[in-house]
Amino acid sequence: MLSRIKDIASSLMLSELLKGLSLTGRYLFARKVTVMFPEEKTPASPRMRGLHALRRYPNGEERCIACKLCEAVCPALAITIESEQRDDGTRRTTRYDIDLIKCIFCGFCEESCPVDSIVETRFIEYHGESRGDLLYTKPMLLAIGDRYEDEIARDRTADSPYR
Amino acid sequence: MNDLAAQAQGYANQVFGPEWGPQAFTLGRTLAMIVMVLVPVLLTVLYYQLVERWVIGWIQVRKGPNRVGYKGILQPIADAIKLLMKEQVVPSGANKALFLLAPILSVAPALAAWSIVPFAPGWVISNADAAILVMLAMTSLGIYGIIIAGWASNSKYAFLGAMRAAAQMVAYELAMGFAIVGALMAGQSMNLTAIVAAQHTDYGLVGWFWIPLFPLFLVHYISGLAETNRHPFDVAEGESEIVAGFHVEYSGMAFAVFFLAEYANMILISTISPLLFLGGWLSPLDIPAIRDAGPAIAWLAAPSVLWLFVKIAFLMFVFLWVRASFPRYRYDQIMRLGWKVFIPITLVWIGVVGILMMEPIAHWPVIGIWFGR
Repeated sequence: MLSRIKDIASSLMLSELLKGLSLTGRYLFARKVTVMFPEEKTPASPRMRGLHALRRYPNGEERCIACKLCEAVCPALAITIESEQRDDGTRRTTRYDIDLIKCIFCGFCEESCPVDSIVETRFIEYHGESRGDLLYTKPMLLAIGDRYEDEIARDRTADSPYR
Repeated sequence: MNDLAAQAQGYANQVFGPEWGPQAFTLGRTLAMIVMVLVPVLLTVLYYQLVERWVIGWIQVRKGPNRVGYKGILQPIADAIKLLMKEQVVPSGANKALFLLAPILSVAPALAAWSIVPFAPGWVISNADAAILVMLAMTSLGIYGIIIAGWASNSKYAFLGAMRAAAQMVAYELAMGFAIVGALMAGQSMNLTAIVAAQHTDYGLVGWFWIPLFPLFLVHYISGLAETNRHPFDVAEGESEIVAGFHVEYSGMAFAVFFLAEYANMILISTISPLLFLGGWLSPLDIPAIRDAGPAIAWLAAPSVLWLFVKIAFLMFVFLWVRASFPRYRYDQIMRLGWKVFIPITLVWIGVVGILMMEPIAHWPVIGIWFGR
């Protein structure tokens, strides 16, 4: 009986509501955690799985040997590879497409690659304005690799002790 | 100010002749006063909406809108332009005339109720003796806009939202009316200026009605939250069940008008509440010690429209604070709170006020502060 009276009294005095208000009132003055995106960015790990790239050796030769392991391992069937023998006897791709609409960014292609050719970069700020825009072809992927080679190499070195 | 009025009166007599001149002057003066009240109210609505997004953002440890203009100061103007340029969609099967009439019916009473709100002695469009009745009548008319909007939309979600809003507003209107009855009993008048004047004592903020009428003050404010369909009583637009309630089919300017009505009502509640319970434009420091302390300090005790604005701003802030803090009530809980808690509390407290105002008791030591006139 006494506890019931206490309950009614505390609910009439809005004590629980005031407790809630005081908590939110303290958060009103708390330091804000918003990251102002284009000017500020959250820190990214070297293992970040962003946009794909195809790498080259320092002499300019493309790394990919068309083993098709990435095509085989890709769970989303996003990679399409066609290959042929080049005049110097090596096997190279003639077509290397990644459909980024299908891609789930699992990183299996990168893991399966025996020559560290297909990698995922930290770059995530890309978009497509029509249906075909997100089908990345071999020249596009190579261009991305050329553009971010320094960062890619640095990230691979930083992560190599743990692989 | 008076010179200007006299000049305008003379000019009106010159143009319209001695018979129609005074009437033309009264009309012009009323229109000027309406503009002087409504323009600040509409600007407040515009920026209240921005402040709402800021406050909720800050409470959620975000920064809130800060891109458009300096620190986001132009955000509401950008939003208004966006809404103006949007297409006005009328759903097929909707009753077009009623569909377009509904936002008007909802905003007109929200703005008309401002006619009786005094901001300082004499600063009122219509110093009506039945001001509170006008206010209650106007705020209840707002329900029609919502019901018609829900019915004319030809959408089940809008219709359910309108039913909920109507039932809830009728329920809380009663509690709110009773809370106001307590204030007008204590103030011995239905004129808002007189009710504020009745709170003028030698005790500053202790002399206001919020202490003897504390339960009624709370009920009035919380019913105000429910009346305006605000959190935590906004089941009328519960987005998890009925999308956006009665205005789900509205877009563009018609939606903006509903928005305007809701915010104008919120500001109205935050204005009526201080007038009835928090001493209106009276200063909280209005005690003889400060009043007679010389001009350096005495201005703190002077009644001023700024004190009213401070009180309004605080109550408006509480609207946002509550919104950011509490989850939504379940519908049956809202009804239980309205009918089984608020109405009994107000009825009992009206009786208590009546007893406190009876002759020997009204002059007893502490009670005499409020009722011993």
